[in-house]
Amino acid sequence: MLWQLFVTAVKALVLILALLFTFAYITWIMRRGLARFQVRLGPNRVGPAGLLQPIADAVKAIFKEDLTVARADRVLYWLAPLIAFTFALAAFAVIPVGPDGWVVANLDMGVLYVFAVSELAVYGIFLAGWASGSKYPLMGGLRSIAALVGYELALGMAILPVVLMAGSLNLQDIVAWQQTHGYFILWQFPAFLVYFVASLAEMSRTPFDFAEAEQELVAGFHTEYASMKFVSFYIAELLHWITGSALIATLFLGGWAAPFGLPQIPVLWLFLKWAIFIFLVLWIWASWFRTRYDQMIRFAWGVLLPAATVWFLITAYYVAKGGAL
Amino acid sequence: MSVMALAKALGITLRHFFSRPVTVPYPDAPVAIKPRFHGRHVLTRHPDSGLEKCIGCSLCAAACPAYAIYVEPAENDPENPVSIGERYAKVYEINMLRCIFCGNCEEACPTGAIVLGNEFELADYRYADFVYTKEDLLLDTVGSRPQRREAARTGKPVKLGFEVPYVRPELEGVKYE
Repeated sequence: MLWQLFVTAVKALVLILALLFTFAYITWIMRRGLARFQVRLGPNRVGPAGLLQPIADAVKAIFKEDLTVARADRVLYWLAPLIAFTFALAAFAVIPVGPDGWVVANLDMGVLYVFAVSELAVYGIFLAGWASGSKYPLMGGLRSIAALVGYELALGMAILPVVLMAGSLNLQDIVAWQQTHGYFILWQFPAFLVYFVASLAEMSRTPFDFAEAEQELVAGFHTEYASMKFVSFYIAELLHWITGSALIATLFLGGWAAPFGLPQIPVLWLFLKWAIFIFLVLWIWASWFRTRYDQMIRFAWGVLLPAATVWFLITAYYVAKGGAL
Repeated sequence: MSVMALAKALGITLRHFFSRPVTVPYPDAPVAIKPRFHGRHVLTRHPDSGLEKCIGCSLCAAACPAYAIYVEPAENDPENPVSIGERYAKVYEINMLRCIFCGNCEEACPTGAIVLGNEFELADYRYADFVYTKEDLLLDTVGSRPQRREAARTGKPVKLGFEVPYVRPELEGVKYE
């Protein structure tokens, strides 16, 4: 029992360090990648090809003055970045990176856990907007709640057919099902589309990044935050991107399992599949405009949710007739 | 909002992703300036005799909208003339902080003496150092004041941060190294 606790704690620590390292370099990939999309070079001054840029950024952030707005609600103002950061970090715990032992928590309701925890992180954003005592953060926070109301149903509805077919909420089982039957991106392409679009909103990435629309809201919910508190939000935001991409790769692209009968190497295959979605989101980020939040809600309720529901019913019928399993 | 338009946008950005960045890493690599770039002024000389073209008429100072030019003429010694005319510019100063690099001085000059050149790296620390005298402007001089000061300190030649793809005929005789 104690031994198991120790092993889990070590796994959790390794995962946290890995996630923070990934975060550091995702900032580099993001800036270099976006720069290339815009025919620029991106940060290239610190270290070879700018590879030490995250360290320079971290040093800068730590030594920044930490401001607190006079009209802020002190307790919530402190708590908000903590909430956002913690839940963003915790969501990855159930995503398997390899066979049996390669997951921090092999929960039977893994899918539910990821959704629950990553939606809780929205509290951090909303509280930040509320506690800042300033109008632009408040608008940003409200928008993120409005977006939550929009995409959440579609996201849940798009995942149901997958769960239905795999017959389990456990992510290891979902990966195992895909190994024997083929990837869900082939079985469930409409669900994949809905899920991908909705998860862009969940990661608050480009077509739906209105919660921090720079042109309208300065920086949205984290306008009044500086120094490490701002960094907490920044980490949380990018961790949603990292975790969201890993989750799509697990649900629809077979997760850690190797494709085409190639040798099974833990981490590597999930990493490669994850990289596809990281790039895809970056590509969309560089290409598309931002929607208004009412447009997004109309789109989510008027298009995504009905489409996901219809597809869910079709899948349910198929499974009920004895298909799939 | 049409799906085709969104796909087209993705195509355009992807094409650019695989193209070469247009960024010039400026201090590391030289920039290619345009042929008619308005840079630091140059006081030219006659290519054959080496005499200064400036006759100290002050028309440039009159044409200057920023009052950046100060000219003090003097009579030429017939035995040993500085310029081709009767007079020459004893003092010729341009305040680079006031100058707006419009080129009106160049247009006003009857002898083609003052020409806007190619140099643009003029940043310096003290106000007084921005008043360029005749020695700083004559065409034998390479580099701006801070650049030459730096070159004198390190003992290396002046390193200009630009390339000249085409030399305007007005700038005949200007050196770049």
